Amino acid sequence: MKLIKTAIAAAFTVVTLMATGAAAQDKTEIVIATEGAFPPYNLTRPDGTLDGYDIELGKNLCERMKIKCTFVAQAFDGIIPALNAGKFDAIMAGMSATDKRKEVIDFSMSYGSTGQAFATLKGGALEKMPMKDELFSLASNEAGARKAVEQLKPLLQGKTVGVQTASIAARFMDEYLKGVVQVREYKTTEQHDMDLVAGRVDVVMASMGYLMTAVAKPTNSDMTIVGPRFQGGFLGAGSSVGLRKTDTALKAKFDEAIAAAKADGTTKKLSTKWFGFDMTPQ
Amino acid sequence: MDILFLWETFLSLITALPLTLQLAASAIVLGAFLALGLALCRLSGILPLDWFARAYIFAFRGTPLLVQIFLIYYGLSQFRGLRQTILWSVLREPYWCAVIALMLNTAAYSSEIIRGGLLSVPFGQVEAARACGMSRFMTFRRITLPLAIRQALPGYSNEMISMVKATSLASIITIMEVTGVAARIISETYRAIEVFIVAGAIYLAINFILTQLVAFAEYRLSPHLRQPAALPTTSTGAA
Repeated sequence: MKLIKTAIAAAFTVVTLMATGAAAQDKTEIVIATEGAFPPYNLTRPDGTLDGYDIELGKNLCERMKIKCTFVAQAFDGIIPALNAGKFDAIMAGMSATDKRKEVIDFSMSYGSTGQAFATLKGGALEKMPMKDELFSLASNEAGARKAVEQLKPLLQGKTVGVQTASIAARFMDEYLKGVVQVREYKTTEQHDMDLVAGRVDVVMASMGYLMTAVAKPTNSDMTIVGPRFQGGFLGAGSSVGLRKTDTALKAKFDEAIAAAKADGTTKKLSTKWFGFDMTPQ
Repeated sequence: MDILFLWETFLSLITALPLTLQLAASAIVLGAFLALGLALCRLSGILPLDWFARAYIFAFRGTPLLVQIFLIYYGLSQFRGLRQTILWSVLREPYWCAVIALMLNTAAYSSEIIRGGLLSVPFGQVEAARACGMSRFMTFRRITLPLAIRQALPGYSNEMISMVKATSLASIITIMEVTGVAARIISETYRAIEVFIVAGAIYLAINFILTQLVAFAEYRLSPHLRQPAALPTTSTGAA
């Protein structure tokens, strides 16, 4: 029995490898893997179909590239090896393009970045933080980001900020607001939310995607998202399509399609639908 | 092993050492007073006091210190009413929450150690003191307590060592003592083994010094148990 299984698996691998090998350039049909359990990026409907920002945007990109796409669900922890093994051709699973992953696979340009945002208590001194919902990139507009931070400094002077230990938010505090704020580091983001509600910290900084779900919790009804958001640079480029390093033609097509989707407002429309705010990368 | 990395880690961790020592010292000192009070309650023969102490010891020895720290820090802060009171100015600070949790916990264990020490004082000694005309309080202060401390010291040193190590749990409530800093370095470098080896060595060094101090105290408190050295010649004249 085990032998048969191995044989089938081997045969399957050979067939897929041949298939991908044959269609290395100028594909007309590709399979895109997603996790199906990371809403609102991607989720599985009760009837088993996949849906979410990744899926809807993916279909839109495929139309632009004139490629027929099929979405499959795949557990996140094995998704990169499976891509390199040729089980599918692309990953759209809210995956951030980190340097570590870039050693193994290639990434398209970013199609969505939630950025890092602040949250504070309703009725608190920081509720009226300026530049609400403005987005600053540390990569493309470092000077603008610095200027925004300068504007926040008098407001944040002496305040206590909660961040997760060793997170990119913690690094942001260290590089941009050192000596201005008092930083308190928590094991989890839920813990700094509890201390925000209890009044032990004045403000927290975390990913916008996370904060959106956090403020929706009944226990955090006093919590509200304020001020500008920051992204890019060490804060990460955001979610990108994962591709095999050899598929350079496909990467070029995805980059072109994403650029077009950003330009005509598709990413803005879809991210507003799924996340409630515009997460088009700047 | 990367010696340079170990040295850098050591330099970062050592900056957190004062906080660890401060936490341990305040918890042990405050806990000792509470423990003495609890032990006296247990031995008082007054039923409500006895039962209060029993219940306290049962609750604090029976639950994990981690849970106690969480309940005091995150649990109490859930009560809106409490946040309006004067108590909040203390409970607001992670440091004081940690000291309170460690103190309450060590008091439960120590009170049983002290009770054992008090019970081990031979009745004849107390009787002799009373016969000399000492009041109850003076007997306690001059005879019972010093003897009890001598008896309790070996057991109590265990508890002090546990407390030094227990301060590492304070890192879960944002206190950057030695373990808190170690955890941060690990999540930045992913080099758990080196960092924990250095952190472990620091605790080992603290406890080495602590055991030496306790051994010295024990030595000073038990001259009557030592084999007298060869008598100095002058002692005959003095006798």
